[in-house]
Amino acid sequence: MSSWTPTAPRPAPSNTVGFVAWARANLFATKLDTALTLLAFTLVVYVVEAIFGWAIIDASFTGDDRTACLKEVQGACWPFIEAKFGQFIYGRYPDAERWRVDLVFLSGLIGLIPMLMPNVGFKRANMIYLLGFYPIFAFIMLNGGMLGLATVDTTDWGGLLVTLVVAITGIVASLPLGILLALGRRSDLPIVRALCIGFIEIFRGVPLITVLFMASVMLPLFLPDGINFDKLVRCLIGVALFSSAYMAEVVRGGLQAIPKGQYEAAAALGLGYWKTTHLIILPQALKLVIPGIVNTFIGLFKDTTLVLIVGLFDLLGIVQLHFTDASWATPETHITGYVFAGAVFWLFCFAMSRYSIFMENHLSTDRTSS
Amino acid sequence: MSDPVIRINKMNKWFGNFHVLRDIDLNVAAGEKTVICGPSGSGKSTLIRCINRLEAHQEGEIEVEGVTLDGSLKNLEEIRSNVGMVFQQFNLFPHMTVLENCTLSPIWVQQKSQAEAETLARELLERVRIPDQADKYPGQLSGGQQQRVAIARALCMNPRIMLFDEPTSALDPEMIKEVLDVMVELANEGMTMLCVTHEMGFARQVADRVIFMDEGEIVEENAPEAFFSNPENERTQLFLSQVLTH
Repeated sequence: MSSWTPTAPRPAPSNTVGFVAWARANLFATKLDTALTLLAFTLVVYVVEAIFGWAIIDASFTGDDRTACLKEVQGACWPFIEAKFGQFIYGRYPDAERWRVDLVFLSGLIGLIPMLMPNVGFKRANMIYLLGFYPIFAFIMLNGGMLGLATVDTTDWGGLLVTLVVAITGIVASLPLGILLALGRRSDLPIVRALCIGFIEIFRGVPLITVLFMASVMLPLFLPDGINFDKLVRCLIGVALFSSAYMAEVVRGGLQAIPKGQYEAAAALGLGYWKTTHLIILPQALKLVIPGIVNTFIGLFKDTTLVLIVGLFDLLGIVQLHFTDASWATPETHITGYVFAGAVFWLFCFAMSRYSIFMENHLSTDRTSS
Repeated sequence: MSDPVIRINKMNKWFGNFHVLRDIDLNVAAGEKTVICGPSGSGKSTLIRCINRLEAHQEGEIEVEGVTLDGSLKNLEEIRSNVGMVFQQFNLFPHMTVLENCTLSPIWVQQKSQAEAETLARELLERVRIPDQADKYPGQLSGGQQQRVAIARALCMNPRIMLFDEPTSALDPEMIKEVLDVMVELANEGMTMLCVTHEMGFARQVADRVIFMDEGEIVEENAPEAFFSNPENERTQLFLSQVLTH
């Protein structure tokens, strides 16, 4: 009887690994590939050079008014951003009170950063801080009117402050609401199901602008005299309900993907509906739809610019508002302002996108990860 | 024979208009090992899934340890906590480690402490011979290991009855034995077992009784020796000739 010994593994041939081999295989494999590579490379150089020239070489960096940005060949007009920076961040929030906004931003970051890092402990305490204490603290600090703080009316809020308040409220409210709506839509109880389907289809079927208009213009007509919600609060509710309808459908997609066997195994172990949902179904379903959830978050973040329509000035709104300032009227003011606003939005959205990829990898329990 | 722990009386079930189980009468005594076989679509899986009401029957009665299985949620909870189930596709929870899979029910249903549940789970993982896999995720285990985790998970509820729904059908030949070994051991310890399987060797070795089903009916039931050597019904003979000679 012969015995079998497995063949030992050998290293791969050297011409199949390393940068040169990679470039040869991916960039210069054929004549056509080589031509396309060179063409693409030229295009990249051309575009990068144009952007670099506009943003750096031909740009103005210092100055106090429009005269700084009227060179013969004029690039970006950065002094405009510098001069208006406070307005872009805080809106018309009074100068003397802006430390309150800073404090709210800072205390939010202090809670958020450890929350986003999976390996940092105290998640429960952090959750209580972020969802219980922080909203109340932020409201008192921003709105004032108590603890000796001067009241700052929400009509004076603006810029990035409004963008973040609307987006974060929308994000925080839409996920739990969306989960409940998605569960309701799959419920066996006909009335619950009908209500959830009705809610989702109505809010998903109308443009956000309509919802905001309704919240801001129509709603007060139906409310009795004397009862009047703040315009910002009405927008917050409108945005939260709107995005929860989208979120519900994203979450439902995840719920549909969970095999029937998972429900059966949970039932056989004696778990009831809520325990099954909370321990077995949602953790898997939400993990599956992280890209969709973040997609909705990003969409929501950018949709906050629509609050301009009801007279609230978010970041983009306030940037546009300052285009009308005659002392900064130059040919490059608009484009510089839009590039700045775009860059700020992009930064937030890109951060969310990267974080979602990180979480997907972190939560993966495949054979390949351990 | 002692008093039956499972009593099924004139039970009928339909999927829509399809009459999947017809006038099933079945009594299972405490400690009895019953193997159910039959061609696919004969209703054998549906039958054992009715016992813990993963499928609801429409006519007749099912009684498990004296508790009637009707729409009552309280009765259902009581029955499910006494009946463990192992599935063909394992149905482990992929987002939890092996240990978490096993401690889930003791902690959340039986209100045991974390430490108590973990001790129990480790004991049972030892019993199914995979104590060193406790902190892995199901996706990192082989099929045979996963099915043994599923058995340990069911045993963690400390059930008095175990239902097996084709536990080895999704496994590679080399892994079938490791699962069957665990099941034989369980049988020898006196667990009441209902097992849907095509493993005739297992049936011969441990079963007290073999039931053959076709078209939603119990065609024949007998002790394994008599069942295999001398099947009474023509349909049973045909089935056995196909299963045993391939």
